[in-house]
Amino acid sequence: MKMSKIVQTGAHILYPFVLIFGLYIVLHGHLTPGGGFQGGAVIATGVVLVIVANSYEAITGMLQKVVFKAQESLGLLLFIGAAAIAITLGLPFFYNFLANSGSVFGLSVPFGPNHGYLNTAGLIPIMNIAVGIEVWGGLTVIILSMLSGLNRKEA
Amino acid sequence: MIEMIVQVLVLFGLVGAALMVFFFRDLLAATLAAGFFSFLVALEFYILQAPDVAISQAAIGAGLTTAIFIIAIRATTRYEGEESQ
Repeated sequence: MKMSKIVQTGAHILYPFVLIFGLYIVLHGHLTPGGGFQGGAVIATGVVLVIVANSYEAITGMLQKVVFKAQESLGLLLFIGAAAIAITLGLPFFYNFLANSGSVFGLSVPFGPNHGYLNTAGLIPIMNIAVGIEVWGGLTVIILSMLSGLNRKEA
Repeated sequence: MIEMIVQVLVLFGLVGAALMVFFFRDLLAATLAAGFFSFLVALEFYILQAPDVAISQAAIGAGLTTAIFIIAIRATTRYEGEESQ
């Protein structure tokens, strides 16, 4: 079964906007509602939209399952690596050594009400990005595994 | 007051969407009704001031599960009671 031209065009137009919105939720995880898991799920929804709209042959040529498996592993490695760097510095596991350090994501938050500064919170945005990459890959692998159960002739 | 009205509307919408899922013979329409059910649950989470949970529900419930059901329909038959060849 092939989806109609309207569904295909709509999915392809909507895909970049869903992607940008998901990345926004991931990067603003420490300031606004949402975070790594929610943003990754939104991005995966955008990928799934394209998967559902296209035929089986077009998808298997476009998206490889091994790429998303590697992406999932990369996210997990980034998460545990960022946590383990603190041990090499002689600090406890998961210690937030980047907060208030002045380097990347290291700005100290000024006192009082503010509109939210993106360049703060140290390790937490990095953890959010790692979880976002991991969830993006993992949920897409679930859908691609589901798709591989389709019969090639009728799909 | 206006919050109360919206919550009652969401409640009736949830019951209606669930009945639509039960009675539709076209499985694609039933899947879309289930997605609408998830969307209303996400709206209710947002009204109850849990925007975090609402984003999760909208992405997983209304997005991914609907896609999984659509792929399952593509692999089998579209109408209930049809024999799979």
